[in-house]
Amino acid sequence: MLNRILAPLSAAWKEATDSQVWTSIFRHGKPVSNRNRALVMMSNVFLHLHPVKSRKAGIKLRYTWCMGGITFFLFLVLTFTGLLLMFYYRPTVEYAYADIVDLQEHVPLGIMRELHRWGAHAMVITVWLHMLRVFMTGSYKPPREFNWGIGVVLLVLTLLLSFTGYLLPWDQLAIWAIAVGSNMARATPLLGTEGPLSASLTLGDISLINAGNDARFALLGARSVGQPTLLRFYVLHCVGLPLAAAFLMAVHFWRVRKDGGISGPM
Amino acid sequence: MIDLFKDLVNWASGPTVLFTIATLGLLAAFRFTQVWSKTSAKVFFAVLAVFYTASMWDPDFFLIVAKPDNIPITGVIFLVFFFTWFAMHQGIRNDRRSEGGTEVLEKEEAEKVWVWPDLVYTEMLAMVLLSIVLLVWSILLAAPLEQPANPADSPNPSKAPWYFLGLQEMLVYFDPWLAGVVFPTLIIVGLMAIPYIDTNPKGNGYFTFKERKAEIVIFLFGFLILWCLLVVSGTFLRGPNWNFFGPYEYWDVHRVEPLLNVNVSDFFWVKLLGRPLPTGGFFAALMREWLGILMVGAYLFVLPVVMSWPKERFPTGLKWLSCHHYFEKMGATRYYIGVSLFLMMMSLPIKMYLRWAFNLKYIVAFPEIFFNI
Ligand code: HEM
Repeated sequence: MLNRILAPLSAAWKEATDSQVWTSIFRHGKPVSNRNRALVMMSNVFLHLHPVKSRKAGIKLRYTWCMGGITFFLFLVLTFTGLLLMFYYRPTVEYAYADIVDLQEHVPLGIMRELHRWGAHAMVITVWLHMLRVFMTGSYKPPREFNWGIGVVLLVLTLLLSFTGYLLPWDQLAIWAIAVGSNMARATPLLGTEGPLSASLTLGDISLINAGNDARFALLGARSVGQPTLLRFYVLHCVGLPLAAAFLMAVHFWRVRKDGGISGPM
Repeated sequence: MIDLFKDLVNWASGPTVLFTIATLGLLAAFRFTQVWSKTSAKVFFAVLAVFYTASMWDPDFFLIVAKPDNIPITGVIFLVFFFTWFAMHQGIRNDRRSEGGTEVLEKEEAEKVWVWPDLVYTEMLAMVLLSIVLLVWSILLAAPLEQPANPADSPNPSKAPWYFLGLQEMLVYFDPWLAGVVFPTLIIVGLMAIPYIDTNPKGNGYFTFKERKAEIVIFLFGFLILWCLLVVSGTFLRGPNWNFFGPYEYWDVHRVEPLLNVNVSDFFWVKLLGRPLPTGGFFAALMREWLGILMVGAYLFVLPVVMSWPKERFPTGLKWLSCHHYFEKMGATRYYIGVSLFLMMMSLPIKMYLRWAFNLKYIVAFPEIFFNI
């Protein structure tokens, strides 16, 4: 019985994989021989992030937890769902909130916002866990010191991506979370109005640092969370930070390979 | 009976008790490493899951924990516990192996295998599973959307996004310039500095505890207690006016907690000498704060030097302070950077306990120029 269903399926699969279309995309045979297993890794632009062969311990789930990979996958999911959200969302005080309501109520299959938000939360957690794994296996030790540093920057970028995105729905949750977070910038030493020593930056008796030009102002583009902040955070969230993160991920993955692949005992 | 239990849990979640229990528990787990076994993990997670599920019947607990944006915190609790256990478990197992003369597991599996299919299939499976989890999560739980932004109406409590609540919790003990600017910078710099400070060549590329005790204890104390615990308690246990509320307590906006905090200068001038604080001008302010300045200066600049001395120079009872062997091993530069970063990190728990024990507000206070420590 089962055979009756499976036999035609596998015949169809064979038909498809022998077709001219398939063989033009995948320029090697099926990865059943060792030669083809090597070719598949080398001729596919995505798979070639990987080596052809790897130490057994290093690719075990119990060693890497696949956490870096999961983080990267979440980043891809967020890029894709974020792109769809951008079709509907306008970063202005007038429209932002209404667009989010529309997204959830009038857009067919409207779970893009959910996928994006929960995916972002999940990514913050998986970055932490990835760092925990890298620390606990001592993988930051030579020759991987620099890649750990790249990782720390990626961690910061992940948090900043999440933080800038938090403002965009423009609801009470959003603006007050950003207000609380950015209030701290007011206390930057030298550069914030309420920071230590900033009062000593004066020209004659004019104080150089005030609420209209301090570190918090630079962050918000205004004296309080408003339209300029929304635009600023939107641009950072959708363009600036993702580009920086993608760029550093490229370096990160490159270095994983160049530092000798996944770490292992000498 | 249930009320008694709830009172007990509420009491044990108070900042003082929770922080102390968690720290002592972690230290005990490092001392008695047999607790990282599979059996104790099963018991631990069973208890945690039962506690969590049963608590859902409490309306106050449910209200906070089931908030859509607080779901990740539940994830943090279970995942961080699990993966810490998983890493330590493998570390202890490797330590046993090397004590018994066998090689660590990672070394035994040194042969090379084909990445297709061994790794590629695992990754594919991870992607599929994660996609399913995300889809189910997104279908079941709508993303939160509150009232439209209203700059005139600030909610109480106003909270930063959950992953920054550790920093917001620090605001209880430090001024924003430290909690919001200096400490985050030091965390980033400190993390990046780890590979250059840690010169221990062992434990590179495999799980172990025995060969890297100091590194692991310090890192996990920072990550688990000073970061994750503060994030969790900042989300679940801090209510209106950032007051503490137990997990089964109602978030009462009108609860007032008396703030009777005093500065080191008050202790010295008013309580000890029975005099008013010196006033008038820069030098009076310096005189007012001299003791605090001395304390901070001694902590940051003298203590590292003292700690580098050999054991013989310490009186009995203080010998544990000596980090001479690290000084020898690491060299002066690494040692001073490492110890300074460590002392900065420890300033958080120190300030916490000073607050809890003496209601201490500032060690050094120059409110005139916003320079308070
Ligand atoms: C957006 C964030 C990040 C992404 C997408 C990412 C991705 C990855 C991936 C895919 C790997 C391969 C091995 C594995 O999956 O564990 C890896 C390895 C590594 N990551 Fe990350 N990572 C990120 C953040 C970090 C952070 C925060 C750190 C540390 C602070 C870090 C340090 C490292 C190091 C040192 C390795 C080499 C580990 C080894 O050879 O065993 N990464 N990363």
